[in-house]
Amino acid sequence: MSSSILPLTLDNVAYASNGQRIIAGVSLSIEAGPSTVILGANGAGKSVLMRLMHGLLRPTAGRVRWSEADPASLRRRQAMVFQRPVMLRRSALANVVYALQLAGVPSGEREAQARAALDEVGLRHLAQRPARVLSGGEQQRLALARAWALHPEVLFLDEPTANLDPSAAREIETVIKAFDAAGTKIVMATHNLGQARRLGDEVIYLQAGRVLERAPIEQFFARPATAEAAAFVKGELPWV
Amino acid sequence: MLSAIAEGLQRVFQLDAELWRIVLLSLEVSLSAVLLATLLGLPLGAALAVKRFPGRRGAIVTLNALMGLPPVVVGLLVYLLLSRAGPLGELGLLFTPGAMIIAQTILILPIIAALARQALEDAWREYEEQLRSLGAQGMQAALTLLWDARFSLITAVLAGLGRASAEVGAVMIVGGNIDGVTRVMTTAIALETSKGDLPLALGLGFVLIAIVLVLNAGAQLVKEAAQRRFG
Repeated sequence: MSSSILPLTLDNVAYASNGQRIIAGVSLSIEAGPSTVILGANGAGKSVLMRLMHGLLRPTAGRVRWSEADPASLRRRQAMVFQRPVMLRRSALANVVYALQLAGVPSGEREAQARAALDEVGLRHLAQRPARVLSGGEQQRLALARAWALHPEVLFLDEPTANLDPSAAREIETVIKAFDAAGTKIVMATHNLGQARRLGDEVIYLQAGRVLERAPIEQFFARPATAEAAAFVKGELPWV
Repeated sequence: MLSAIAEGLQRVFQLDAELWRIVLLSLEVSLSAVLLATLLGLPLGAALAVKRFPGRRGAIVTLNALMGLPPVVVGLLVYLLLSRAGPLGELGLLFTPGAMIIAQTILILPIIAALARQALEDAWREYEEQLRSLGAQGMQAALTLLWDARFSLITAVLAGLGRASAEVGAVMIVGGNIDGVTRVMTTAIALETSKGDLPLALGLGFVLIAIVLVLNAGAQLVKEAAQRRFG
């Protein structure tokens, strides 16, 4: 693999849909290394910002730049896990094999790699089960296995545990830590402050489509620099 | 009324050899048309569901409107195409089962394509981000979508089959209702009715309804079993 696709640079990126401004002039750089948590209330624009980074949305103004120029290579070296995983009507194993096929992995190697990814997330025993009848937590782990199999350099996670009960959420967090340990750059949106603390190294705080603050995680929670972030931390804490 | 039905069914089963030839030809024509219209209509529906291009809305409105094509008009157009003086007259297809298959294919293609477009567009809304994130594009994404929505597409195909097996106008015009060659259930029913043999017409009608019912029930069972199995 050639040099890293990071850093990712957003240059005055804005996004509007139906005349409504959702992201308003965001400039930032995402570097390899520390896990980045995008924090903010519902409607702050976290999901849209991640989709702009991942290339699912095109900015209405500004530029999203990676240090890799080839779009196909770029696509293969990043992955995203959504709040609600979308599984194809086939077995759990076949869902992972499908992703490997799209990534251009030779057909003889797909199944072994897919099984290894299922092992990693603890779904080996459900490999032959139709993916869409798995529980929410199992489907989300399968989504992580699908990403794991691709060995992405960057993994985007959009509120990956928002729909899950606490024990399923813990299992997901364990897998996310494994990604981090394996050297994958984590970029995760959440409004769960406990999760942000457990998984994040730095925080990007988003409000009304703007980045109000970016700080190392401990500093953000101990001494938020803006009144808005302080109010958010204070307001959210009781529900952690 | 009841005695007429009973008599009709009795007469239908007395016809045996001739009846079965009519039933088999009906099935052959309608199922061939369904097969052709499915092969053409599903990709067309998928393209309309997934691709964004200028004129897409107009194409969808037109396709939906074509679902209501009058069979006699389709029959007339195909008749003109296939008649001796027509552009495809050389083929000598007029008044053959081939002409009937062509007419029914044209008739039900919009039904299958339009219903498939609706089902696939719903599926695409759910899948689009995930598939794009995984790098599926164009043809690949469309094929994935078709395969994943395969159980909802059964409904579209069944609607086409229902239309094909029930229509009389198109096959009458291009087939000619020739005894032993192009006579199918619906044209036979029309003929017997006009001859005043109502019991026989009624009996044939019940056989036709029974066949359509069995085909639909079978497809529904397959669909439900598959949905339980795959979610």
